[in-house]
Amino acid sequence: MFNYYFGLALRSLRRNPVLTLLMVVTIGVGIGASMTTLTVFRAMDADPLPHKSRQLFVPQIDNWGPSEHNAESADKLEDQLSYIDAVALMRAHAAPHQMASYATLFALTPANSDLMPFKAEGRATFTDFFSMFDVPFQYGGPWGSAEDESHTPVVVINQELNRKLFGGANSVGRSINLDDHDYRIIGVLAAWNPMPRFYDLTNENFAKTAQVFLPFTVAIERQMGSWGNTNCTNRNDGGWQGLLDSNCVWIQFWVELPTPKAVNDYRVWLNNYATEQQRNGRFNWPAHTKLRDLRDWLSYEHVVSDETRILVLVSFSFLLVCILNAMGLMLAKFMGRAADIGVRRALGASRSAILAQCLIEAGVVGLAGGLLGVVLTVLGLWALRGVLSEQILELTNLDPAGVGIALLLAIAATIVAGLYPTWRAAHVQPAWQLKAQ
Amino acid sequence: MEILPILSAMRRNKVGAVLVAMQMALTLAILCNALFIIQQRLESSARPSGTDEANVLAISNQWVGNPPDESALEQSDLAALRALPGVIDATVTNAYPLTNSGWGDGVDLKPNQHESTAHMARYFADDHSIAAMGLTLTAGRNFRAEEVVDHERNENTVPSALIMSRALALQLFPAGDALGKVVFTSGNKTQGSTIIGIVDRLQAPWVGNGSWAADWVENSVLEPFRYVAQSSYYLVRTQPGQLAAVRHAAHRKLFEIHRARVLDKEQSLTEARYEVYRDDRGLALILGVVCVILLAITAFGIVGLTSYWVAQRRRQIGIRRALGATRGAIVRYFQTENLMIAITGAAVGIVLAISLNLWMVSSFEQHRLHAAYPIIGAVMVLLLGQLAVFWPALRAASIPPALATRSV
Repeated sequence: MFNYYFGLALRSLRRNPVLTLLMVVTIGVGIGASMTTLTVFRAMDADPLPHKSRQLFVPQIDNWGPSEHNAESADKLEDQLSYIDAVALMRAHAAPHQMASYATLFALTPANSDLMPFKAEGRATFTDFFSMFDVPFQYGGPWGSAEDESHTPVVVINQELNRKLFGGANSVGRSINLDDHDYRIIGVLAAWNPMPRFYDLTNENFAKTAQVFLPFTVAIERQMGSWGNTNCTNRNDGGWQGLLDSNCVWIQFWVELPTPKAVNDYRVWLNNYATEQQRNGRFNWPAHTKLRDLRDWLSYEHVVSDETRILVLVSFSFLLVCILNAMGLMLAKFMGRAADIGVRRALGASRSAILAQCLIEAGVVGLAGGLLGVVLTVLGLWALRGVLSEQILELTNLDPAGVGIALLLAIAATIVAGLYPTWRAAHVQPAWQLKAQ
Repeated sequence: MEILPILSAMRRNKVGAVLVAMQMALTLAILCNALFIIQQRLESSARPSGTDEANVLAISNQWVGNPPDESALEQSDLAALRALPGVIDATVTNAYPLTNSGWGDGVDLKPNQHESTAHMARYFADDHSIAAMGLTLTAGRNFRAEEVVDHERNENTVPSALIMSRALALQLFPAGDALGKVVFTSGNKTQGSTIIGIVDRLQAPWVGNGSWAADWVENSVLEPFRYVAQSSYYLVRTQPGQLAAVRHAAHRKLFEIHRARVLDKEQSLTEARYEVYRDDRGLALILGVVCVILLAITAFGIVGLTSYWVAQRRRQIGIRRALGATRGAIVRYFQTENLMIAITGAAVGIVLAISLNLWMVSSFEQHRLHAAYPIIGAVMVLLLGQLAVFWPALRAASIPPALATRSV
């Protein structure tokens, strides 16, 4: 029966090519626009560490006092920590794993003196960074807490830099020169580029990962400035030590808490820490702290840009217009065939048979529209790459899941659009139509 | 007019009329919000920075390590840049406009003030900066060479003197008498800085939509500091048309002076502007394309549905023609019918447009819709309907009166 209806649908569509084309294009354009923006949205809204995102947390401490924050931080908290608090939290070791980190920038001088020095993005952190974020290694491995404590000048470099400097060979044990200091390579990362770059959302949300990782303790000792944001309330005494002793916030901090109990304990511990700061006179306001997991952190930091949200909103409203449009066209099409339907009904076709036939016809239009929509989505993503700057667009492609969503959305949209016209068609009075002939 | 017969005909075809009206309402809502966003983004990306953008070259300089003679090296760099043919002047700074990255601070009128009177961007400057950036000094004087002191990255020296943008001066001293007054940069409780000059215009570096500086983007100060740091920016102003040649010569000259450095982002401020507003332009372009497609889809939808109505009523039209209705009367019938549907749709659409905008105001960095936009949108939708219906209406008018006698 399905094959028969399918054949009927094709024949009926062919009989009215302009109307059919109009419907397919309408659905296709609507799907293309909405799937383009939805694909970008899904990429931006992605969970970079799905199996761990509810176990990784960012602690926040109000170290400025309630009246000092910008209007933007509605919850009176900053998204980074001061050096004082970061070090205190590291020392306390109140979670199974924790680490402070910040971005820095090096001038890297290649061993081959024919090559010019170039900039390398760095990240100063602790050994736990690699285990907490499941960072994959191609060669060697991370440094350990011994290196953290002894301020050993070792580095982990990423795959891209290893390719650039060593042609992709195992470079563990060799050294690189960063700002006139030699560092021994202890590990080389495999491809690792989490998007969004969740562990540091202060500047760009979709920036690439650092090229060089080194112990935080080494970076502090060598006075490597932050290449991210530094926010202060008061002018401090100046100089590097002044920055370390100040309440300026410039360090990202993460803790790993595997169980709900650990989360609860840490929350209590964090609040106690702030209360203690109040007691010893550093804070003259009540403790105000917060612990957010990775998923909550991404939405707290507004990872998905306003541009993307506006485009999603506009494109789905646009799809709605397309559905209304297709509905009108389908109504015209089905009712234009009222006479045929009357004859079929008079010859014994049941209402449900007419219903099935019309819905299949709508489904065929939906499928064709969906296929056109997939093509337009690929074109749309390509066009977005040309006009928007977000780096994530370079990595955003329509995946098989996206194609599936597009086709399903198209068929669903057309069936929704076809429901009323179908119902009308099924209620054609055979006697009326026959008489009108 | 034949409003009553049209209404009674429409009652037999409620759903079709409702569909067209809804489509027009949604089209209007999307259209006027999109046009509003386009206008906002284009307007904000056209704001001048206050500098001579086309002729200012910026060079990001980063030393390898911390050379011990950083300050002297910087001075010889600047002397060499100023001596290049085609160069008007050159300076070194911590930040420059149109980059979305820089230093900000609060500024107070009294010492130990609790909340800042205004926010501002801080640019480090010397006696060459006004010429090197192409700013217009409208009151007071430039820095003197002896006022300018070295300033390292993590240092917190209070500037002795300030040159500020007029917008900031007016915000601090609405009476317009800022010149000579003393202000306090935030966190600095006692020592003040004297306002010695006012420039016509100087934008903060953060110009992005919804940036933290959105409310004070015109507030900037020049502080008499020579920025001595591992990483800083040279700004070089060239004679008109000389920028490309100077860019090339400067690159070679700087490496000649000292090889162990990284030069980066050697760009004119026009290029910086192009980059910094890329997303605003992109969004405007995408929304523009969506608007055009939207109008086309809606128009074709109206054509399709009206053609169907015409086909359905062929006999009735034939009868009307036979009873003496002119072609014009038939065309007018369909135009009026569409106008009535469109007016209903537009009324609903205006409400929708305003609610959509209000929702966006509450969830995004978005302004209130200007009253003109729903009206423009309504006019566009009405015109669109009239245009779209014209062709099917003409076809209806060409139905011969003889049809009435044929098939009944």
